[in-house]
Amino acid sequence: MNSFTYARPTDVAEAINDQQQATAAKFIAGGTNLLDLMKENIERPERLIDINHLPLAEITETEDGGLRLGALVTNANTAYDERVIARYPLLSQTILAGASPQLRNMATNGGNLFQRTRCYYFYDLATACNKREPGSGCGALNGYNRIHAILGTSHSCIATNPSDMCVALTALDATIRVKGPNGERTIPMADFHRLPGEDPQYDNTLGPDELVTAIDLPAKGFSEYHTYLKLRDRASYAFALVSVAAALELDGDTVTDVRVALGGVAHKPWRKPEAEALLIGQKATKENYAKLADALIEGARGFEHNSFKIKLVHRAIVRALGIAAKQEPTE
Amino acid sequence: MSNAIGKPLSRVDGRAKVTGEAKYAAEFNAPDLAYGYVVSGTIAKGKINHIDTRAAKSLPGVLEIFTYENRPKVAWFDLSYNDQDAPPGSPFRPLYDNKIKYSGQPIALVVADTFELARYAASLVEVTYDVEPHETGLDKHVDRGHKPSSGIASLLKPPPPKPQGDFDKVYHESPVKMRGTYVHAVEHHNPMEMFASTVVYEKNGKLTIYDKTQGVTNSKMYVTQVFGMSNDDVRVIAPYMGGGFGSGLRPQYQLFLAVMAARELKRSVRVVLTRQQMFSFGHRPATIQHIALSGTTDGTLNALYHDAHAETSRFEDYTEVVVNWGAMLYPVTNTKYDYKLVDLDTYTPLDMRAPGGVTGFSALEIAIDELAYNMKIDPLDFRLKNYSDRNTADDLPYSSKELKACFEQGAERFGWSNRPLEPRSMKKEHNLIGWGVATGMWDANQMFASAEAVLTVNGKLRVSSATADIGTGTYTIMTQIAAETLGMPVDDVIFKLGDTEMPFSLISGGSWTAASVGSAVKLVCQDLGKKLFKLAQQMPDSPLKKAKLEDIEFADSRIRLKSNPGAGVRYVDIVAANGGRAVTESSTSLPDLLEQRKYARNTHSAVFVEVMVDEDLGSVKVTRMVSAIAGGRVLNPKTARNQILGGMVWGLSKALEEETAMDNVYGRFMNHSLAEYHVAVNADIHDFDVIFVDEVDHIVNPLGAKGLGEIGIVGVPAAIANAIFHATGKRVRDLPITLDKLL
Repeated sequence: MNSFTYARPTDVAEAINDQQQATAAKFIAGGTNLLDLMKENIERPERLIDINHLPLAEITETEDGGLRLGALVTNANTAYDERVIARYPLLSQTILAGASPQLRNMATNGGNLFQRTRCYYFYDLATACNKREPGSGCGALNGYNRIHAILGTSHSCIATNPSDMCVALTALDATIRVKGPNGERTIPMADFHRLPGEDPQYDNTLGPDELVTAIDLPAKGFSEYHTYLKLRDRASYAFALVSVAAALELDGDTVTDVRVALGGVAHKPWRKPEAEALLIGQKATKENYAKLADALIEGARGFEHNSFKIKLVHRAIVRALGIAAKQEPTE
Repeated sequence: MSNAIGKPLSRVDGRAKVTGEAKYAAEFNAPDLAYGYVVSGTIAKGKINHIDTRAAKSLPGVLEIFTYENRPKVAWFDLSYNDQDAPPGSPFRPLYDNKIKYSGQPIALVVADTFELARYAASLVEVTYDVEPHETGLDKHVDRGHKPSSGIASLLKPPPPKPQGDFDKVYHESPVKMRGTYVHAVEHHNPMEMFASTVVYEKNGKLTIYDKTQGVTNSKMYVTQVFGMSNDDVRVIAPYMGGGFGSGLRPQYQLFLAVMAARELKRSVRVVLTRQQMFSFGHRPATIQHIALSGTTDGTLNALYHDAHAETSRFEDYTEVVVNWGAMLYPVTNTKYDYKLVDLDTYTPLDMRAPGGVTGFSALEIAIDELAYNMKIDPLDFRLKNYSDRNTADDLPYSSKELKACFEQGAERFGWSNRPLEPRSMKKEHNLIGWGVATGMWDANQMFASAEAVLTVNGKLRVSSATADIGTGTYTIMTQIAAETLGMPVDDVIFKLGDTEMPFSLISGGSWTAASVGSAVKLVCQDLGKKLFKLAQQMPDSPLKKAKLEDIEFADSRIRLKSNPGAGVRYVDIVAANGGRAVTESSTSLPDLLEQRKYARNTHSAVFVEVMVDEDLGSVKVTRMVSAIAGGRVLNPKTARNQILGGMVWGLSKALEEETAMDNVYGRFMNHSLAEYHVAVNADIHDFDVIFVDEVDHIVNPLGAKGLGEIGIVGVPAAIANAIFHATGKRVRDLPITLDKLL
């Protein structure tokens, strides 16, 4: 870990201004990922701008009937918020499927959007990684790639996004609110993270001096029919091999709306509205869930150790939709 | 009699541990302490071309950067680097030359005024290499298998037994048979506490070393030999250990580096490894095993073949007892064995909880299940039918073997009699349910050990030995043994350990500490008792004047007549009569080898497991486990149960989760963190039950107790794999059984 300077601004403009003036500065909130990366010399910021004192720690109602989750609300306070539990239980369940109570008490909603991949090669300076050091190559491509992506990969990078929360936010069509030197803008969740392409060093589409201030949830929360199915190598405290956030609206046994987002399979939470369209207006049956799954993972490609994910995620999608529709038990 | 032995006494060190009063190696302080940080190599094989330390060294507060180029003169002769657990070969010598032998090798030590500065400076050290092609991955190099060289380690780890009968003919002619290949991954110990050494440099150049070790005497021997120091100049202290599991049986490289730096800088130095560096030394070796079994249609096992290829380093021949167990457990008389090592460009493997035992049993007991199924016999019935009171391989009777009681009581508690034989016959929603059983065995050895007992001026008892408490409960059971032997309340007894100033004890491993040090504690307390008796007899008006040793007993903190318990002399009065001086005794207990050699001496277990396997998604949940243990006399049911539960948890972890993944392109372990190296978490553990069956043994040692550190894990992985077969009909012979293997 290198030496760094430290600032603790109390308003957003000051924080953005500091970030803009400084070289190699990073915002820090809960620090649950950044500090680990600094200890391993993966991240070497010269300045840390501690944003924990910005007024962004509230959950408030939005004008269109949704909820605004402040960037600095902790994952724990979000998951246990009564409004979130009542109106967005999928988000609550998803957050609680990740990390540990201690981590969720520190980690913030804004910070969760910036979790970096758990790819072994990204974390190990002795190996090549285009995400860590552009142009150095990808050690995972021909290495040990059991936990890696099967969708949207490139020859430069096959890393996955590790977040659980982001999978639910993607399914729920959340909007990310950001502020920067040029004012405020919003980014649809589906466009916030990106595929690796030729430049996997960029995880997301945020501008260099922009700061996430909040996450907006739309009014529709799929509170009746939903589930988050997370498959992993142990019952807790492990990243998803694959995960599925599934949400449905049903009219009798006919699907009137559906959302399916996948974790653990790509560089970003994976969702395809055209796959979901195949199920809308159809009966809520396993056969129809499988058609959605076929379309959603079309083009999936495995590597030496992770081809099992293709079969697994297909089955997980079908199961998750069944659980969401209350046709299947949760265990 | 205080009857302290056999009572569920809570850990006497428990309060110190939970309040933070207990200090570990990296928590001891010294004035002017300097901090070392290790720079780890990044290639698997080759030579260091150049180490550029200029940027790091230019930082104010960086004291020195040690590399192979500027290290002080140390022992040249590689045997000087041997230790109590060193396998045959040439031990690794840190910073010795520019050769790289494995990825993660320590190549420099940065020493600075603060830890943070040393860590930062270490990141500025630039290294270039001349890379040579490496070989890793056991499965890719089995053709290079060779017979291990033998050494003193072979005494405790005997080579495979000689073949008996005619395996090939009997196997060929038998009506029922099986053959299978069994593999398991590399595992790392990953104790909570990182390896650390705090070396305190005394004014006269003497060293007091706080080391993370399972044997202070081992660390001391290593330091004196490597650095040419005299015995009087080195003291090693390790009162507590945050988990060992075998990783502390050999001195690790931070000890060498910290001592080297302290001597050179003439200043106290601490070196602590990082979690990532915890993957840069010994590990449980991967093995590939083949087993072939055959039997008759009435369910009799008649032939057994067991071979194993295990990995080792290029520089030492680390061996384990993997293939020997079959004919020790089962009365099979046509046998054949093979055991070979494959040298790879990795660090030498290292004993890990039940080394070889859990490896061999994880294959053997799956194979037995397979044969039983080929015979259409219940796997528990098969084991009972092929039960033996003798060790057939060595043709010896057991000193005690209550395994049958384990089967009976375990099966009863578990409800085994309701088990349908057919796989896939129990289902609940998406989950297939299966029940499995397996046997485990481990050694019940006794080594020599010494102890000292002091009756203090206050009439309290202080007993000590240079052994370790690696979390097993040594402090507690030794306190109980001493209290019982001299008839005192446990609160009046204090047991001390982990200091080379104390009487000698070997490394704490192999499940022998309770038996070995326990016997020494019992002996020294008996000897002290005799001394006190003599002193008491010399006291004026002593009621014991005419008594003989057989006439007296030690109880209520006094010596009294058996015939007249009211007549006796209190210990405090003996001390007072001794001029107020403490009474001290030292003793060394030796195993009765002549007698012990006539018997096979082992612990046994029967493990019953219930699993639920999601039929579509492959995820496994172990819903119930019952482990019935035959481990001789139970000294403390609380610490004993704790040992077995720990073994059961780890057995589950080994069966389903643990694997250090090697990238053979880099020749490097990749999942070197506790986020990605999975060990079982609380959410994985459900209904676990432990049974201790009665087992009386007058041979193993004077206490009749057998060590319990290892037996708890041995049968668990096979029992889980067998339960998974019963649930799914899928026979997985490749551990860990992650969900992808069940899709």
